[in-house]
Amino acid sequence: MEQVIIITGILLIILGIFGIIRSRNLVKIVLAFTLFNTGLNILMISIGYIRNAGAPILSQIPGQGEIPNIVDPVPQALVLTAIVIGLGVTALMLAYVLKLYQDKGTLDINSFKDLKW
Amino acid sequence: MVKNTLILLLTLGIGLIMYDVYEDFKFQESLPLLGDYYARNAASETGSANLVTAVVVTYRGFDTLGEVSILFLTASIISFMFKYKEEHATKKEYRPASELLISSTQVFTPIMLIVGIYIFANGHLSPGGGFQGGAVIASAFLLMLLANPGMHLSHKIISRVESISGIGFVLAGVAGLVYAGGFLDNTVLSKGEFGHLLSAGLIPIIYIFIGLKVGAELSNIVSTMSHLPKENN
Repeated sequence: MEQVIIITGILLIILGIFGIIRSRNLVKIVLAFTLFNTGLNILMISIGYIRNAGAPILSQIPGQGEIPNIVDPVPQALVLTAIVIGLGVTALMLAYVLKLYQDKGTLDINSFKDLKW
Repeated sequence: MVKNTLILLLTLGIGLIMYDVYEDFKFQESLPLLGDYYARNAASETGSANLVTAVVVTYRGFDTLGEVSILFLTASIISFMFKYKEEHATKKEYRPASELLISSTQVFTPIMLIVGIYIFANGHLSPGGGFQGGAVIASAFLLMLLANPGMHLSHKIISRVESISGIGFVLAGVAGLVYAGGFLDNTVLSKGEFGHLLSAGLIPIIYIFIGLKVGAELSNIVSTMSHLPKENN
């Protein structure tokens, strides 16, 4: 039952990559990218999980040599960073999509051939 | 047809790699080295009840500074790409928003602002922090812009808030360099009583700066996007 979170993360990653390759609409590609991003974040969070441990918020300062029963706070801090950077990248991608649409009047990836070789 | 087969093969390959990840995955039974150090010492060293906040703002505070600059970069690139032009804005006609949206905006905007401020002021005690609170504040402004589409958020105020909080963040870090152990050391102020609002030294102050900065940046992106000139093509 604990494996559910990993399976969810992996499925979201595969779905995201599939969507990035398969979609033709630029907005859908950006959406697939955010799915991929979310899947990776879920996988990273699950790495820090420890059986039967609580959230890394303490109610009192632990005494000498005492280890509080919490999950690893480091992956959570990393994921917080990753979420913010993902937000920035997504906003930039959407802005580029908007600019491309203003330029060509279409969102179909097949009509942007400037860099094709 | 060839393309579809290739896509299917590629997805299957990635699925195979990911199956390997799944097979080898074991939940840990005890904390790894770094997490163990933070679990034992972070609360007494920083005075913050929320260890994630202690890691984000103090131990890895320099990363957070970089993160804030990435967000700033995003906001400035977007404002650069879609320059706000006065002549377009005056000509633009908006469809009035629905009664439901206008009324609910009047009810919810103050509540959302207060919730945002609560989230970033309590970042060292409860789940939350500057980035989340800033996003909530920006969504309050987004709601206001949706309800009155002609509204102008003052860019002067936004940029002032943003630069003051950015400078404040860096100055708080430098204060740690001068008066305490290193850059962004939070023990410049007293650590206070554990678990109270006024505790954890500089962490709440830095998180308030981050929250204001993130809120200003996201509101800037939202207002830039909402004043796009209409293209006729």
